[in-house]
Amino acid sequence: MLNFIGHRLLVAIPTILLISVFVFFLQKLLPGDPVLTLAGEDRNPEVLAFLREKYRLNDPLYLQYFHWIGNALTGDLGVSLRTQQPVITLLAQKLPVTLQLAIMALIIAVVVGIPAGILSAYHKGTWIDWIANIVALSGLSVPNFWLGIMMILLVSVKLGWLPASGYQPFADDPLQSIRTMLMPAFVLGTGLAATLMRHTRSAMLGVLQSDYVRTARAKGLSEQRVVIKHALRNALVPVVTVITLLFGELLAGAVLTEQIFTIPGFGKLVVDAVFNRDYAVVQGIVLCTAIAFVLMNILSDALYRVLNPRMSDQ
Amino acid sequence: MSALTDIPKPEALPPRQSRIWRKLRRNTSAMFGAGVVSMFVIIALLAPVLPIPGPAETDWGAVRKAPSAAHWLGTDEIGRDILSRMIWGAQASLLAGVVSVAIALAVGIPLGVLSGYCRGWTDIIVSRITEALLAAPFLILAIALAAFLGPSLTNAMIAIGLSAVPIFIRLARAQTMQVVTEDYVEGAHAVGLSHPAIITRYVLPNIVPPLLVQATLTIATAIIAEASLSFLGLGQQPPSPSWGSMLNTAKAFLEQAPWMAMWPGLAIFLVVLGFNLFGDGLRDALDPRDT
Repeated sequence: MLNFIGHRLLVAIPTILLISVFVFFLQKLLPGDPVLTLAGEDRNPEVLAFLREKYRLNDPLYLQYFHWIGNALTGDLGVSLRTQQPVITLLAQKLPVTLQLAIMALIIAVVVGIPAGILSAYHKGTWIDWIANIVALSGLSVPNFWLGIMMILLVSVKLGWLPASGYQPFADDPLQSIRTMLMPAFVLGTGLAATLMRHTRSAMLGVLQSDYVRTARAKGLSEQRVVIKHALRNALVPVVTVITLLFGELLAGAVLTEQIFTIPGFGKLVVDAVFNRDYAVVQGIVLCTAIAFVLMNILSDALYRVLNPRMSDQ
Repeated sequence: MSALTDIPKPEALPPRQSRIWRKLRRNTSAMFGAGVVSMFVIIALLAPVLPIPGPAETDWGAVRKAPSAAHWLGTDEIGRDILSRMIWGAQASLLAGVVSVAIALAVGIPLGVLSGYCRGWTDIIVSRITEALLAAPFLILAIALAAFLGPSLTNAMIAIGLSAVPIFIRLARAQTMQVVTEDYVEGAHAVGLSHPAIITRYVLPNIVPPLLVQATLTIATAIIAEASLSFLGLGQQPPSPSWGSMLNTAKAFLEQAPWMAMWPGLAIFLVVLGFNLFGDGLRDALDPRDT
């Protein structure tokens, strides 16, 4: 297993380097002089020359890239133009907030999606299957920012059950923190639940027709035992790996969800950086997200091998 | 001998296209999806001739009015007719969906086919770039690109299209690698057909079906992505209407005018559901295992 992870990490290095090249040159392709943005109102030639020297903008592009990636490797992703804080500090501040939202959304998705997938597969072709499929497809089709707005309208404005926005750190007041995050997590979890439902259904359909399930039934085991112990255990192998791959979807979904519910997380940081033309932050976010996504892919493959012993033999 | 000639000939199988079409027609949900999409397309195309007020026409005497006989879906914060803006907004959303996917196809198919057909270094380079691009989540990549390109509907379409390119490279590559091992391609090589001729005559026609399914499903994703970018202010710019930007404005008037938020979201949901239902049906119809 260690060999496998080591090999995958080695293969990931060129991918991550390519991502860094892409992220770096994305900004360089922009029209306009970045020094003018940095200088603001001050167009004094001496100031401009100083800034050009400070940020090594007189160097050839490849040297600029090596300097940037060298700093990035030591955790220095630059400084936010807006707040003057190091990008890495900003990311470290915002990540726990988004992580809490993502974990709660994932719990909701698992609790709803997996049982719905099992029921749908077990009752294939019946009205239960039909309803579960329609609900799942609707979950995939509904824009989560609209669902968020509608939920605020119903749950907060009309019924007054949950706060419409805001954030309470979990460490300060766990109960209030869960209350403020419940609605955003539900909104973010809807699409994921639909994806999980479809994967669970598909995996269960394959497993329910397999020989060992037929044998388990022939042995006279109860239907509940056959489904839960024999079928579900094997069907969950691909589903668990899919959950790790949903990470990217969670982050992307968090951008809009956090915007609607005014949650000061990773997603809101992206949007604020975009609107303030804070390119160092945008670059840092895209780079970190992509690296995390590559690592999650490796984790997903490793998990698949752990859960599926036949794969480990290969 | 006569006994042999008397054996009735087996009924010839209908051509593949008609079998696919028949399967698709029998699929109620796919047909429902196609119907919903067609309805939106027709309404969007007829926008200039429909008897509705202009999308930017303001009526200060009817600010934030609830749905009524005069304004079927109500009015917005400056008295513009929501139905009119929804219909014109449909043009932006559908256009964004189709153009983004067209960009993704135009870039993705040649690269994918080249990678799968040539293999070697071309394949290694294209595959590594594809993996790198796939590593960034679709919407975050689209947001970053739209931010760097500047906010407008055209740039949003380019950003979404470029973000979707790796999906099509990967699919076209995989399909090409499968097709080139077929006997008819090897036969074409044997008779001395040139590589471009083999690609255009044998490879491309055979990789179209799965790409078509993916394109249909990606239009749905692209429509949501355009609405998301417009919602964030990175897509269609005011006063031009788009469902996403209408939702962005509506957010500030939830208590006073909930209808402003209701209709654009419902339209996005319906059109995306339509494309997803049709895409799912198309995939089932094209699946040879599913008879």
